[in-house]
Amino acid sequence: MTITAQTHVVNGKSIPAPEKVLEVKNLRVSYQTPRGPVRAVSGVSFFLTAGEKFGLVGESGSGKTTTALSLMRLIQAPAVIEGGEVLLGGKNLLALSEEEMREARSADIALIPQGAMNSLNPMMKVGEQLRDTVRAHINTESRSALGARILEVLDSVDLRSDVMEAYPHELSGGMKQRVCIAMGILLSPKVIIADEPTSALDVVVQRQVMETLGRVQQALGAAVLLVGHDMGLMAQFVDRVGVMYGGKLVEIGPVRDIFKEPLHPYTQLLIGSLPNLRTKEIFKGIPGLTPSLLTPPPGCMFHPRCPKALPHCAVEIPDLQEIRPGRWVSCHLYNGSNS
Amino acid sequence: MQLLEAQNVTKVFGSGLLGKGRMVAVDGISLAINEEKPTITAIAGESGSGKTTLARLLLGVIQPTTGSILFRGQTLSQMNRHERKEFRRQVQAIFQDPFEVYNPFYKVDQVLTTPVRKFRLAASREEAQQLIEESLRQAGLRPEETLGRYPHQLSGGQRQRIMVARALLLNPKIILADEPVSMVDASLRATILESLMKLKRELGISLVYITHDLTTAYQISENIYILYRGSVVEVGSVEKVIKDPQHPYTRLLVSSIPLPDPDIRWGSEVDIEKKAISASAAGAGLHGCKFANRCPFVMAECHVEAPPLYKTDDDRAVACYLHKQAEPISGREMALSLAG
Repeated sequence: MTITAQTHVVNGKSIPAPEKVLEVKNLRVSYQTPRGPVRAVSGVSFFLTAGEKFGLVGESGSGKTTTALSLMRLIQAPAVIEGGEVLLGGKNLLALSEEEMREARSADIALIPQGAMNSLNPMMKVGEQLRDTVRAHINTESRSALGARILEVLDSVDLRSDVMEAYPHELSGGMKQRVCIAMGILLSPKVIIADEPTSALDVVVQRQVMETLGRVQQALGAAVLLVGHDMGLMAQFVDRVGVMYGGKLVEIGPVRDIFKEPLHPYTQLLIGSLPNLRTKEIFKGIPGLTPSLLTPPPGCMFHPRCPKALPHCAVEIPDLQEIRPGRWVSCHLYNGSNS
Repeated sequence: MQLLEAQNVTKVFGSGLLGKGRMVAVDGISLAINEEKPTITAIAGESGSGKTTLARLLLGVIQPTTGSILFRGQTLSQMNRHERKEFRRQVQAIFQDPFEVYNPFYKVDQVLTTPVRKFRLAASREEAQQLIEESLRQAGLRPEETLGRYPHQLSGGQRQRIMVARALLLNPKIILADEPVSMVDASLRATILESLMKLKRELGISLVYITHDLTTAYQISENIYILYRGSVVEVGSVEKVIKDPQHPYTRLLVSSIPLPDPDIRWGSEVDIEKKAISASAAGAGLHGCKFANRCPFVMAECHVEAPPLYKTDDDRAVACYLHKQAEPISGREMALSLAG
């Protein structure tokens, strides 16, 4: 696996690569089941640069959420992180002690979980929950400074200060989601992981929440890892996309390239299956089923469904290779095209 | 003849002595589906718009507070047992969650054999088997890969297509599909929608497609009803309503769709958006247009009385005073003119 970014492509121009704030190297995670280990994530490598919005897309079972939770070391048995590195500011998060990791969470790397609105404590006022988050990390901070920081963060997510006195059930879904964003950015993390942050919201509210997230992310200069299956949301929000299939990254590239000129046959079919408002033509699904991770097919995970499969694809697992500056693909079709 | 019709239907939930806790889920909606002309009609709206309540009213699962639901011109509540059984056979439903409808302890065959038995669709076991296999194929499934399995052994998409197959078994005239693809992945979504469109094309079955997703509604349907808090705010051909929305709410909805194209950015209905964010939690007044509090074009009259539908095109009507120069039309007339 060759992840050596000397250049970063922005609007077709190559510029020197910005600093990598988070680098994931060969992450492997499996679920231990009575019938054997299920390889949910097998050898995933990617990086986030400062201030960038990176989208991790995939269908159910592709390993995207497991990847996101593993970065925070929040996965629980029967899931086991089998190997790899998660480098954040020079530290390998996977090698930290439990206590060091607890400190890194929220302060360095924050998570806005899936269905985050249900992650608020229903018995506690919103303000109390926000204060708890800060107190768990900073014990010297004075009461007034703490209060000021909370108000500042609430304002940045377009919430009035009176939500502090509200219980979660008194807020709308969009407001709860904003509280979760506020909680995520309280300690100014370098990386924000947002796992399907708006999947339960209506489109109008979704757009408002995503625009808020984009704005606070920019103000903080933090990198965002947006995990999800909604390609429309990815197209609207992120700068780069990584496409997961069967526990592996099959393609990484700038968002425009992924949508306009997808390289991996899976990405091509996925993009082709999306409805749009320009044409009413019959759209096509991807034939076949997602692979069983318990008994994965030999060779490339996608070969049983791939219309372009070569005999070789059933034998050898393709590597994720940078075939052009900023464009990685894991497919035998592109073997030899990287110079 | 209209196959299925909602005539000015209202559904109020909750009562309370002083009208406290009263919730008008569906507020005077009319809709019509023609028997001779199979169509796909979308009912679109966000959570709380009343779309699922409307679906349950159309299925006869709940009774309207006022107004009536008619099947071939006959009111549902006045049907006898025999007629009701016929209604249950002709009007089929597919629901959102392809996980909930299955009993995990039974093989999936059970959801297919039960209707065959209940409606005496087959004279023998062999005939029943044939019928089931045929309907599975029509739904895009291979019987040998489906039958004899337990629900957990199938994917969400397969389970949803079994529900399509089950609906097909009864050879219905119309299928109501309530968010049939909102829980399946993109690659399967297309396949399921394609199989629903084939039902209309090849078998002449009408479809009422209930969804929050305007993109797929545009893709598969001919007519669309946009619901906002229980009322129809805009109704007409999808080409008109989605491509050139006229109601401020429809415009806000359409511009908020995250299109899968990085070159078409989220629309620029900035004014609407600003308003919406400050008032999204606030309730509307008792009188007037329900969208008035969020509407950037709000006028004094909007708070006085709810606007009627104005027929702005031959095949579209909008409930908004911005279009009051057009001729007003009742919901029922509009529904009938769209159904043809």
